[in-house]
Amino acid sequence: MLNPSSGNTVIKSKLIGRRMFLLTAAKAVVMVGIIGRLVSLQINERTKYKTLSDKNRFREWKLAPERGVIKDFFDKEIASNEQVYQVHLIPENSKDIEKLFVRLKTILNLTDKRLFYLKRVIAKQKPWEPIIVSDNITWSEFSRLNLFLHELEGIKPVVSVARMYPDNSSAHILGYVSQVSAKDLETKKYLKDLHVPGMSIGKTGLERKLDEKIIGKIGFQRYEVNAYGKRVKQIQINAGQAGESYKTTLDFEVQKYTNELLKDKAAAVCVMDVYNGDIVSMVSSPTFEPNEFVHGLEKNYWNSLIKNELRPLTNKTISGLYPPGSTIKTLVALSALENGIIKPLDTFRCKGKIELYGEKFHCWEKDGHGIVNLRKGIQRSCDVYFYEVARKLGVDRLSETAKKFGLGKKVLDGFIEERAGVVPNTKWKKKFIGQNWYLGETLHSGIGQGYFQSTPLQLCLMTAQIANGGFEIKPRIIFDDKNNRLRDYIRYKNENPNDPLPTDLLLSNFELKPLFKNQEHINLIKDAMFSSSNEPGGTSYRHRWENKKFTFAGKTGSSQIKRFTEAQREAEVKQESLPYKDRDHALFVAFAPYNNPQYAISVLVEHGGSGGKAAAPIAKKVIKKVLERHELRKKINSLIGETV
Amino acid sequence: MFRSRSIQSSLSIKDKILSIDYILVISIFILGLISILAMYSTDGGEFKYHTNSHILRFFVFFGMFFVVSFIQIRFWHSQSYLIYILFFILLLGVKYFGLTSSGSKRWLDLYFMNLQPSELMKIGLILFLAKYYHRISIENINQIRYLFLPVVVLISPIILVATQPDLGTSLLIAAGGITVAWLAGVRVKFFAISGFAFLALLPIAISFLKPYQKSRILTFLNPERDPLGAGYQIIQSKIAIGSGGLFGKGFLQGSQSYLDYLPEKHTDFIFTLFSEEFGFFGSLFILLLYALIVWRIIKIGNVTRSNFGKLYCYSFATAFFIYVVVNMMMVLGLLPIVGSPLPIMSYGGSSMMAIMLGLGIAMSCKIYKDTPVN
Repeated sequence: MLNPSSGNTVIKSKLIGRRMFLLTAAKAVVMVGIIGRLVSLQINERTKYKTLSDKNRFREWKLAPERGVIKDFFDKEIASNEQVYQVHLIPENSKDIEKLFVRLKTILNLTDKRLFYLKRVIAKQKPWEPIIVSDNITWSEFSRLNLFLHELEGIKPVVSVARMYPDNSSAHILGYVSQVSAKDLETKKYLKDLHVPGMSIGKTGLERKLDEKIIGKIGFQRYEVNAYGKRVKQIQINAGQAGESYKTTLDFEVQKYTNELLKDKAAAVCVMDVYNGDIVSMVSSPTFEPNEFVHGLEKNYWNSLIKNELRPLTNKTISGLYPPGSTIKTLVALSALENGIIKPLDTFRCKGKIELYGEKFHCWEKDGHGIVNLRKGIQRSCDVYFYEVARKLGVDRLSETAKKFGLGKKVLDGFIEERAGVVPNTKWKKKFIGQNWYLGETLHSGIGQGYFQSTPLQLCLMTAQIANGGFEIKPRIIFDDKNNRLRDYIRYKNENPNDPLPTDLLLSNFELKPLFKNQEHINLIKDAMFSSSNEPGGTSYRHRWENKKFTFAGKTGSSQIKRFTEAQREAEVKQESLPYKDRDHALFVAFAPYNNPQYAISVLVEHGGSGGKAAAPIAKKVIKKVLERHELRKKINSLIGETV
Repeated sequence: MFRSRSIQSSLSIKDKILSIDYILVISIFILGLISILAMYSTDGGEFKYHTNSHILRFFVFFGMFFVVSFIQIRFWHSQSYLIYILFFILLLGVKYFGLTSSGSKRWLDLYFMNLQPSELMKIGLILFLAKYYHRISIENINQIRYLFLPVVVLISPIILVATQPDLGTSLLIAAGGITVAWLAGVRVKFFAISGFAFLALLPIAISFLKPYQKSRILTFLNPERDPLGAGYQIIQSKIAIGSGGLFGKGFLQGSQSYLDYLPEKHTDFIFTLFSEEFGFFGSLFILLLYALIVWRIIKIGNVTRSNFGKLYCYSFATAFFIYVVVNMMMVLGLLPIVGSPLPIMSYGGSSMMAIMLGLGIAMSCKIYKDTPVN
């Protein structure tokens, strides 16, 4: 070797080769490791990461569906929608909520109290659940918000629709909508897949009854967003589906008119078509402002509502329970006639009171009505006459008739606030009070006092079923073009007066259910009611309509709150001089026009005193209003094939 | 034998061209084209700044690669120390005249480009040590006094780079240097001793770490520790790669990068972007190209006669492999984010320049494989 280092070089190169071999082997191992990792990420877990990538990529904003509108009989919207501007926030999209709120405060009018509330809600709920910062901001606030949107991570401006009630006259029957509560989510199954923050649901009235159908289906907007939460493009939009709209049988004009009449009174009015049960009007007074509930109630307003002793939040037409008072006398008389207890011309002598087992039962007329038969008994509303009749009739037979005519059970479907009332009898008392029935209680029941409890709507239904000749009708508030068989029947009877078909067969042909044994009895009651309203001495004679077109037949009633003491009776204390809370409830039921009954009405004025003085004048005005609009209503009814 | 060697030094142009390793050249070129596609995708499917500048750099330095290839290996051998010193001076220059960006001083402003000398030092150190171990005799390799110079040569640039601070690059520089020493035959015990010394010094070293560096290490251990902060990059990168699936989301369809979820997508996370758009098979293809390149350089090491050439090629192949796998393991969540570019693929002139220089010298070893270096 010339080069002394040559051998050295070869040994070295061999050493290098050996060590390189080790390194190469190590490389192969690392390579396998990396491929293994790729397999694990891109093959084994690809679904997981695809989901995560999509979660990164897309943001979905649910859209509250438009609530279906509610219309009156003439297609006027009585619960409609308006466009509102809202601010939503998804907490997880915001990196610093505190900073965001500070920034928001400079843009929107946010109180510290509201911010405190929002923070509390954010702390409670999941970070991806949106929260409504403000659900009804002005257009100028909204445009400012949009201008600064790039600095407001997590904030989303939303154009939405919200419930709007053009008028508060129908607040009770329509009910109101308000934010979904935690309890709603628990109890109402249909909300499960529906819930969008900011969505309102029906809490009472029709809004609640129809909620499931009227609420619609939620939509969504899916956006591709970048890492900074900025929307890059809209990927998909599903507008959802607006809820179903409903047409009701209500007449908005009558509602407004009646509401105005009842202003400042604690009162209720129901008006019903006597043939098909269409509820033309249902007004409870005082009313409240349903629009206040849509965007979160203000505390002051809420307090004013619950502290008001006239109870504006109660729908008195179906939730208010009142003894029917003398209005029940129509049914007492009818029951006695039907059961053959009395004949129309049987008389009793009213000396102002009767005594039973040492207890005194007074007539409202202290001096007595003298000789009283059925017609006069109803006309003058003689209590003694009905004490006598009730005593002979017995409470069980009375309760049977009362129940048949719709008392003691719920009249409508699906109104949670509706109450059934009470029609007492011996069994009922045994069951619910645990005592035997006393004869004295039968006498009280005979004039609609004692355990009797009814709603104004029940009294209206009772009157309607007397007015239509004694046929059962099903009251309804949602417009329906079926169930008009009673009108068909009457037309048929008018056109074929000599039809040889037996009445019961004819009735079953028309699917009608008579509530009488002998229709003559119904006519007797109607005639007696006529005399009560239109003949001198009648309890509502002063408030009659001379005009045949509007003539109504009615029955007054006063339901006692507190029994008069003997001393008060002696001193002839007037209702007006009693403290408000102790005054009788004034009641009046009627149907009109007398010759060709179309509508039944019930009027209640809480603590109004006597029915003739407080309730009848209201009924008189409403009857006129309703009958004036009858032709319009008939036109629509005739479009769907209804006549008379 | 001597004659044939001397003939080698006067190879004809044709011989030189024929002796080029074409597999290596083609692999580099394909990788370059892929890197341009990837860069085009990071620019959102447009020829924008990054793409244009990357194309320019790739072709300029690819040209430089050929120039370097045809320069005699003897030259590279003889100038090794000088090259190292030059790069070291540049590193010192960074310390005093460097540009500061995002808290670290890594660049020199050369008017036509911002040079990152630490990248060049990766090659400089390998060259220096390859020459050093080529020259000393095998008996002396494991003598303490002959270990003194390599340690100084290794430690000095590492300290300079680590204090820029650029932990990732300093570790990668070290990896190259240690590889040469290992290949040259430095005993395992020295590595073990220095390994223990390193571990012993680690707590002290950690106390010198910047808070962000500490955070990165902690985050690597548990990425979900701070999902919006330091762990964000790892999480988003894993999501991007994982969501690519088998075939990827398609060219220009990588939602993660397109929507800015990917950090540093031009540089450190370019593989993530590619992997998201081209999936598992795309990733395998890239891996295959890198493996080809590494394999070809090792092959050159096998055929080159000089120990300098062998040491250089083996070390460079290993270092190149380490750069690749460190970057990939980083974006795959297997290593902490240390900031290391993916050779050729990543945006960055200095890295491209250093890699092309390194590859060129390797190719020179191939062309002049039979030429003695001294």
